[in-house]
Amino acid sequence: MKEPSLAAPSFPQTEKTSPPYGTPSFSSEDSSLTTRSQEAHRLRQEFPLLRANPQLAYLDNAATTQKPEVVLEAETTFYAEACANVHRAIYSLGEAATEQYEAARRRVAAFIGARPEEVIFTRGTTEGFNLLAHSLGELLAPGDEIILSEMEHHANIVPWQLLAQRRGVVLRFIPLTDEGLLDLAAYEKLLSPRTRLVSVTLVSNVLGTINPVSLIGKWAHDAGALFAVDAAQAVPIMKLNVTTLGADFLAFSGHKMYGPFGIGVLYGKQELLEKLPPFLGGGDMIREVRLDGFTPAEPPYKFEAGTPPISQAVALAVAIDWLDRHGPDRLGQYEALLGKRLYEGLQTIPGIRILGPDYSTLHRSLFKRAGIVSFTLEGIHAHDLSAYLDKKGFALRAGHHCAHPLARRFGVVSSLRASIGAYNTIEEVDSLLEALEAAREEL
Amino acid sequence: MNDSQLYETIIRSHYKHPTKRKPLEGIPYVENPSCGDKVRIALSVNSEGLIQEAFFDGTGCSISMSSADILAQTLEGKTLQEARSLITTFLGVLRGEVPLESLEDMGDAVAFSGVARLPVRVKCAALAWRAALEQVEQLEKQY
Repeated sequence: MKEPSLAAPSFPQTEKTSPPYGTPSFSSEDSSLTTRSQEAHRLRQEFPLLRANPQLAYLDNAATTQKPEVVLEAETTFYAEACANVHRAIYSLGEAATEQYEAARRRVAAFIGARPEEVIFTRGTTEGFNLLAHSLGELLAPGDEIILSEMEHHANIVPWQLLAQRRGVVLRFIPLTDEGLLDLAAYEKLLSPRTRLVSVTLVSNVLGTINPVSLIGKWAHDAGALFAVDAAQAVPIMKLNVTTLGADFLAFSGHKMYGPFGIGVLYGKQELLEKLPPFLGGGDMIREVRLDGFTPAEPPYKFEAGTPPISQAVALAVAIDWLDRHGPDRLGQYEALLGKRLYEGLQTIPGIRILGPDYSTLHRSLFKRAGIVSFTLEGIHAHDLSAYLDKKGFALRAGHHCAHPLARRFGVVSSLRASIGAYNTIEEVDSLLEALEAAREEL
Repeated sequence: MNDSQLYETIIRSHYKHPTKRKPLEGIPYVENPSCGDKVRIALSVNSEGLIQEAFFDGTGCSISMSSADILAQTLEGKTLQEARSLITTFLGVLRGEVPLESLEDMGDAVAFSGVARLPVRVKCAALAWRAALEQVEQLEKQY
């Protein structure tokens, strides 16, 4: 029996000269990919964690990205130079803190093509959907219908299930095709005069599917429904504009876009936010409090109870500057190309089953594919594979990726997921493929 | 070969060549919903009150499956009381409530000394032992 090695990881990436997995099918893509991969090597140097771990191939970017130095510095600098609570103080330090917090809101608004009053700071995408389910839910009646999809993250399922239990709202799910695309014909049939909201993800965190949300939103509006978008995976890889998307609501997290933990954004159209009741109660969300009641503040403050994540908002604005400097579209295009290289390499390994859209048929659809590739290797449990890869310096997520219904749909309990970020390189992808080949022998 | 290499070899050997695995019926699975692993354990007790045979059945990763095989081997020939004590010791070690050294007297179960320090794999190792505890509790009511 071959003895498994628990020795220090020996990492092949720097020793490799010619990548064996470059296929001749995209030679023009290849040369641009090589150039961009060299850029990614330089980009790594902007990330303290990656600089400190040159052997680490961090491929769990759909869970959270690493943070560039400028973002870490922004948060520390706020604490060192402007730490005070916001919206209350008359003294100048408090004013400085408020100004930085509100400047961050304006920066987010400009980034997504919204007005500052339409930007609510949350703890993350999950809180954004909980806020929406609570506040919008107050305006719904038993029998009203909400359409979600089978590829949603739990964050865009469970808040609605809680609402359904509370108010008798009915949930409908857009089914998936075997290729991992939304079944648009089935979606069309689900829409009815009872539909009050359609809420879907722009990019699947498991399948990598990029959904045609503008179309989905248009159909929702045609049916008289509101449209909400989960942009958690999309925001670091494509320049978003809420008007172009046709989104009435849009939620994302800071930490998946090179920003800090503990901050997220819920965008809502101003006229809608004015109609919605508050979510959490407390300080900052009120205009006046009497013993017999309260008057809520105007949006967005109406939805921001308590001391907000101030330093995180300030650092998020810096992450947005960073992202804009590199261009989310440009990063997304590179990551998708790298994902495609991984996809095509995986296809050559016997026993690998890839989940999600197939490139050979994708061009005939309205869908695209992001740099997220989930797969299984026959006969090897994803947990064992993840632990094996960890020893070789690869950080990949194994499990259901917070999407149980999706895993069930494809009959896969546990899969391995590689999700590409701005700093991943050709060498990392190629050495991952080599490691998977080796795993077949060793595990 | 150092300890952790030895432990990995033991785990792999039980995973690849289980001696106590066979299809079982009529016993509910104990599941790990987060990863989908599931195990069920069958114990038969002889007239002297000793566990005569122990088998497992299920699907899962190398840790959960090898743990089930080792469990079944460990419990054979033990009284229900001894079995309960071994199971609670093993689960206690995984929870960090019982010293790691307690595994040294438990045969191949010592191989999970390394796993006990990996929070993400602890529940894989514990699965079969949780299933066995349910069976022991049921049998205790009968004997």
